[in-house]
Amino acid sequence: MIHNRFPLSRLGRSVAVGSLLATGLLVSTGAQALTVISFGGASGDAMQQAYYGPFQQSTGINLTPGDYNGELSRIRAMVETGNVSWDLVEMESPELVRGCFEGLFEPIDWGRLGLENELIDSAFDECGVGTFVWSTVLAYDADALDSPPTSWADFWDVEQFPGTRGLRRGAKYTLEFALMADGVPADEVYGVLESPEGVDRAFAKLDEIKEHIQWWEAGAQPPQWLVSGDVVMTSSYNGRIAAAQEEGSNLEIVWNESIYDLDYWAIVAGSEYVDEAYDFITFASQPENQAAYSSQIPYGPVHPDAIAQLDEEQARRMPTHEENMKDALAVDTAFWVDYGEELEQRFNAWAAR
Amino acid sequence: MTTTIAASQPLPRPAGSLKAQLRRAERLRKWKAFGLVAPLALFLIVVFVVPIGSMLWRSIDNTELESVMPLTTAGLQQWDGVGLPDESTMAAFAAELRDSRQGGGLGRIGRRLNYEGTHYRSLLMRTLRGLPASLDADVDWTTTLVEIDESWGETTTWLGIQRAAPPTTDRYLLASVDLERGDTGQIQRIGEGDRLYQAVFQRTLVIAGGVTLICLALGFPLAYLLATLPARTSNLLMILVLLPFWTSLLVRTAAWIILLQSNGLVNQSLMATGVIDSPLQLVFNRIGVFFAMVHILLPFMVLPLYSVMKGISPSYQRAAVSLGAHPFAAFWQVYVPQTISGIAAGTILVFIMALGYYITPALVGGPGDQMVSYYVAYYTNSTNNWGMAAALGSILLVVTLMLYLVYHRLVNRKQLIRN
Repeated sequence: MIHNRFPLSRLGRSVAVGSLLATGLLVSTGAQALTVISFGGASGDAMQQAYYGPFQQSTGINLTPGDYNGELSRIRAMVETGNVSWDLVEMESPELVRGCFEGLFEPIDWGRLGLENELIDSAFDECGVGTFVWSTVLAYDADALDSPPTSWADFWDVEQFPGTRGLRRGAKYTLEFALMADGVPADEVYGVLESPEGVDRAFAKLDEIKEHIQWWEAGAQPPQWLVSGDVVMTSSYNGRIAAAQEEGSNLEIVWNESIYDLDYWAIVAGSEYVDEAYDFITFASQPENQAAYSSQIPYGPVHPDAIAQLDEEQARRMPTHEENMKDALAVDTAFWVDYGEELEQRFNAWAAR
Repeated sequence: MTTTIAASQPLPRPAGSLKAQLRRAERLRKWKAFGLVAPLALFLIVVFVVPIGSMLWRSIDNTELESVMPLTTAGLQQWDGVGLPDESTMAAFAAELRDSRQGGGLGRIGRRLNYEGTHYRSLLMRTLRGLPASLDADVDWTTTLVEIDESWGETTTWLGIQRAAPPTTDRYLLASVDLERGDTGQIQRIGEGDRLYQAVFQRTLVIAGGVTLICLALGFPLAYLLATLPARTSNLLMILVLLPFWTSLLVRTAAWIILLQSNGLVNQSLMATGVIDSPLQLVFNRIGVFFAMVHILLPFMVLPLYSVMKGISPSYQRAAVSLGAHPFAAFWQVYVPQTISGIAAGTILVFIMALGYYITPALVGGPGDQMVSYYVAYYTNSTNNWGMAAALGSILLVVTLMLYLVYHRLVNRKQLIRN
């Protein structure tokens, strides 16, 4: 479901074509090359511009790009058969946590990267190095509301802001937003959710606005509903809102109490190009390269200095802009990997009542 | 005398005897028939029997722990559940945990044990990190494990692992109907706030049944019209029936969202004509699901009905009327019974297809309109809990088969009575 935050064009790219191309190139040139696999689409194009091309030019290391749809099973198959043809892979956080647990990735030697204290905290993971940040935010149509909402408490306030609201159909994000609306500080949200009373509290809060919620399934729906006037405010992926803004809609984002997540670079266990992979990660984490990536797509750089290199308007749209980061919450992926199933079941039972 | 000897002694008949020749020819024919059927049989086994069999097996499969930790499993199954397992089991556990990272075993047991309690995955990870570098024979593993994490000194931790040890389990099947095993092994209903799947199965049958009835109500007159109109008009209408058939399911579903949404075409025209004042909620609820699913499945009702109706001679009905029957009686008692086989084929086709619908309710339904396949997809794609996915699928399969048998009986009996 998380995949939905990417523009549709990514889906259009056939995984088969991508990997065939990758292996085809590998065989035909006969040269040894670092294989880097991303999710493709608009993000992949931005990576090509910002990372792949410049990296090959500046280091002389051959790089073979490819794309996939985030399936851990393909990486598992490679590691188990010892036939590792992918070296560096872009991972979403739940798969990174699962894969790391299963030993599918090389543990990151942070000393070797020389990036300590340089990146934002959540970019550091046992098995991965954060590469960009995306957010789930509160968005609204500035033309439709007299006064702008500023928090999830406002989202819950149907007296002052009458109208239908949109939320993602699922427990993830929804429960966090409910607790924040109920006055739980962002950094205590997961502590509260770990206890059964905290879960009850979140669902009790959701009961208050249940009849006003229209649940979305695909990432394209929230901006479309805002534009069509179906909802007055909604949770949404920030990239989708940015795309709608570029098309001329007067949509606004409330960064306060947003929840952000990262995509990571992970080195496949047993890769023959670990050294080159480390070089690539270091290269892709430099502020100027991060800025080059983020100037093409509204995913926030993990290096704080990169923000300064973007123009002001673009910088304000980044989840990692200082102002936007201030009261934001990092999603606790390990929590969702452990508790996800039972909370989703509870959510579905609740929502159907 | 020679004849009696020959009769009483069943001598081996010469190879050329008639019976042997017949038998050989018969065998040859059998092999030929078998050879002709073989590709189809093989196809059915590969794409039908094996996957369904493996799905049924997965719904009770509990071999994750046994395959990764055979010695621990054996030790735990002999443990009486009092105090802590013996030292040899502890040692086996430590050794097997260390080796489990090879081949993805750790991922499998971590996932499996987390169903017994959400803390196991992180506990295994912590323990793995804390294990001493070499497996010394004289290490006291009970003490070492408890030193790494206190939970290893608690009986409940080991009881959870013991529950995951047997090669088969009914937990997925029970969970699929909102049941679980209590502390003493008795079957009980799960907490009220978590009950979900009984309602989901009921909902799936209600939606599929409702869609089937609406399709029949709409499809029957349409098929009748198609069968009775002159060929030119009916061909044109037939193209209109088939047109949606050739359009992608996703496109048709998305089209309904655009038509039915609050500011969509339907609501706007209703408001413009003054029928309603504020927009009706027509999509992201049950109404939207019925609209989209009936639209998509209607051709599957119309086509079998049409093919049967085409073969019914109009003279039967005329004869009934000329003999004094009321036109409606003639229709109901003479015409409709002849279409039973078409109705049976159409309804069963639509009903069974509707049972498995996933993408349409996911897009045009609300959270209370999701059918079984939505949850199957969730467990397969999002959480990799294939046991749950298989259990839900198996129960849906069994329910469908039972309904089909009952239905088959009913339709056959009806036909028998008519005949």
